[in-house]
Amino acid sequence: MKIVNTSVRKVDGVGVVTGNPAYTEDLILNNNVLTIKLLRSPHAFAKIKAIDTSIALKVPGVEAIFTHNDVPETRFTLAGQSFPEPSPYDRRILDEYVRYVGDPVAIIAAEDERAAEKAMKLIKVQYDILEPILDFEKSIDSHILIHPEEVHTNFEIGYERKRNIASKAYSEKPGVEEGFVKSDIILERTYYTQPQIHAMMETYRSYSYFDVNGRLTTVSSTQIPFHVRRHLARALELPTSKLRVIKPRVGGGFGGKQTAVCEIYSAFVTLKTGKPSKIIYNRKETHTCTTTRHEMRLDVKIGSDLEGNIKAIDINVLSNAGAYGEHAPTVTSLVSYKTFPLYDTVPMRFNANIVYSNTMNAGAFRGYGATQGTFAVESIINELAHKLNLDPTEIRMKNLVEPGEGKYITSGDIKKCIEIGKEKFNWIEKSQVREVAPNKVRAAGMAVTMQGSGIGGIDTAAATIKLGDRGDFSLMVGVTDMGQGCDTVLTQIAAEVLDVPMDKISIHSADTDLSPYDPGAYASSGTYVTGNAVIIAANKMREEILKGASKMFNTNINEIEYLGNNLKIGNNLISLEDFAQRSISFEGMNQITTTGTWGGETSPPPFIAGFAEVEVDTLTGEVEVIDYLSVVDCGTPINPNLVQVQVEGGAAQGIGLALLEDIKYDKKGKPISDSLMQYKIPSRLDCKNIRVEISNSYEKTGPFGAKSVGEVVINTPAPAIADAVYNATKVRVRKLPITSEKVLLGMFDL
Amino acid sequence: MLLTTTINGRKKEILIKDDDYLLDVLRKEGYLSVKRGCDTGACGLCTILLNGSPILSCSTLAARAHGKQISTIENFPKEAKTFASYMTAEGAEQCGFCSPGFTLTVIAMTKELQDPTDDEIMHYLNGNLCRCSGYISQLRAIRNFMEEIKNENC
Repeated sequence: MKIVNTSVRKVDGVGVVTGNPAYTEDLILNNNVLTIKLLRSPHAFAKIKAIDTSIALKVPGVEAIFTHNDVPETRFTLAGQSFPEPSPYDRRILDEYVRYVGDPVAIIAAEDERAAEKAMKLIKVQYDILEPILDFEKSIDSHILIHPEEVHTNFEIGYERKRNIASKAYSEKPGVEEGFVKSDIILERTYYTQPQIHAMMETYRSYSYFDVNGRLTTVSSTQIPFHVRRHLARALELPTSKLRVIKPRVGGGFGGKQTAVCEIYSAFVTLKTGKPSKIIYNRKETHTCTTTRHEMRLDVKIGSDLEGNIKAIDINVLSNAGAYGEHAPTVTSLVSYKTFPLYDTVPMRFNANIVYSNTMNAGAFRGYGATQGTFAVESIINELAHKLNLDPTEIRMKNLVEPGEGKYITSGDIKKCIEIGKEKFNWIEKSQVREVAPNKVRAAGMAVTMQGSGIGGIDTAAATIKLGDRGDFSLMVGVTDMGQGCDTVLTQIAAEVLDVPMDKISIHSADTDLSPYDPGAYASSGTYVTGNAVIIAANKMREEILKGASKMFNTNINEIEYLGNNLKIGNNLISLEDFAQRSISFEGMNQITTTGTWGGETSPPPFIAGFAEVEVDTLTGEVEVIDYLSVVDCGTPINPNLVQVQVEGGAAQGIGLALLEDIKYDKKGKPISDSLMQYKIPSRLDCKNIRVEISNSYEKTGPFGAKSVGEVVINTPAPAIADAVYNATKVRVRKLPITSEKVLLGMFDL
Repeated sequence: MLLTTTINGRKKEILIKDDDYLLDVLRKEGYLSVKRGCDTGACGLCTILLNGSPILSCSTLAARAHGKQISTIENFPKEAKTFASYMTAEGAEQCGFCSPGFTLTVIAMTKELQDPTDDEIMHYLNGNLCRCSGYISQLRAIRNFMEEIKNENC
């Protein structure tokens, strides 16, 4: 391997650092684009009785105002999932009901923001204000019905509209009841995980226009261009062939842009007015009117013998979908999918209700339910270790999966990650409680996790390679680089197979007209799923070049050797450049283009063992992460630097989840954490010492042995930090985030 | 009002509204490296230099640039490219949306602080948020960048 497994620089790195125009808003070339603003509901739940836009329409510069009377009746989902989506079709572009504070009431299109905002104030809406459900724990069988209308689901997901249940989930590894009978000790605990905001730096935005052929084109900062096109076709009642979605560079996504949050508005305005339009969510809208991580209550029961051999785990989950059910049936299932295989011999049962409430809706977020499941399961295992007086690493060694042929997990080794971590983190010393200064106590905690690599048996991606007229290659993919570096990683993979330097390959991603189909960047699939498709396409390219050369030079194919930049034909060398030129010309009449398509039967998991050292100020309850180590097993890293930064960044986001990030609503359901001032994400000072160790393994179904690394990185900080805080203070915080207030009040209660 | 200012060394006269923010004016004038991350001066993405000092253009009225020197990252092609080479060597740029504002702040820091410690670097840059990288790789890039500057100045 020459290029794979080396830390080459990102193909777009210098461009983005030096500020080249690359993102959606940078690419709006028309100076007369309509600016869209959304009038949003001030009520958590209401029925619109009447809307009067007549005065607002008189504001100079206002082009159009649309209400629920102007939009199609069709209901749809905005979840970025392969068709048929499991998520309920419970939305309209605008509805007569508004179901959370911020739900759009009217779409205003004007020549500029000033005119749109002026018009917004002049729209008169009469609401029939309804009693909302703000506490998701009170949703099931409430007298309040959040979705009074009939809702379509593509298949059985446990949807019970009349009980406010968007979906149910269940899975079981048999033997749970017997396991509890055989247990010497049983613990029952309840954990809460908060709704987290993605807080990507580039807020949601899209830009639409009609191209010269009359096709409605939407440029969007999205992780899922093909799904967006399908959503738009359904929502706007247009044939897909009339739509094109282009994804420029994306300024961060983390799963937020796996939901088509804003594209329907610009596409609808352009469809109705014929004019180009743009919508750019401000930070407040991004923090209050988009999607969050699913908030969950997880009731966990664990049984074990006195040596720490776990006999059974039972998990009951209540998950908050919020106002709409994007990703409702799928996220919560990962609570079990990503914890059951880790403890593969332990009987486990999982039962979940995913309910509607009148809060901001939940959606995909890096970790996708595994994060919540990891917090609960790893926390209770840590609690069990304390009860049994065992080291948390020891109890895991007794119960964690041993990979093997024929098992769900065939490669990698989470136990090795723990071994490496214990040594590199200096666990034995750091896990001891130490008073380092008056009122400053240090201690450590740990947790393990796994994720998957793509969605096994469902998601399937393609890659197309074109041999250019001068021997260069174009690699076209539909997966979306939102910073994780998949454009670079896929170029590395193509260069490795084609045996050419990376600068011979230009990557293009993504445009639904030009790119081959790809479900998009989610489920940790870029390197694994699309990477495999690239390998197939590149191998086919080598074959096609050999076939073309065989025909051109009238030579048996076995006598031609592909050497990357050259072809060896008998004793002669012919450059790829020369061959490509002749192949495309009158002589060859052969534009060589190959496509590979790949989907995995399985979803091999990457692993992480996470270790956290915290310092707690016993006078204020303030928790500071002094040292954080992630030991990651993602197979063979295609680009070790990019892996490392993914892991560091995910740990930081996990530290945010553990300690800082919280959405606060007022009594009427209005979110008050609506800016980066109120909703605190980790700053540089919160991430002083995040470390990464890579434990190499080889996944035979992965490209060059690789597994994914995008999501697994975020799961361990919360349970590891929670246990470190417990070790330091004896305060067990079971409700995230672990704020100083909770720690301090907990110490008062001791 | 007519704003008379100098942007990246070029004198400009721009018709603005009294309550226009500098960020919007700069983007409208085509300085697309300037990004908006928030509207409250909390994230540092819109950082530009006004008379050489970093300011947040999302919360600075454009009128305040009257008669002053504005610099965006486009004004520092050499430094930006050098810093970019250290950032990319670490894989630290990730989505890159915060990079131009961050890079400008780093450039300003190198002119302002002599031999800063890690703590001083982190303190200086604490207003520049990044949601992707976890910051540690950026610190590695900054250290290497400063090392090069130091060697150049020797």
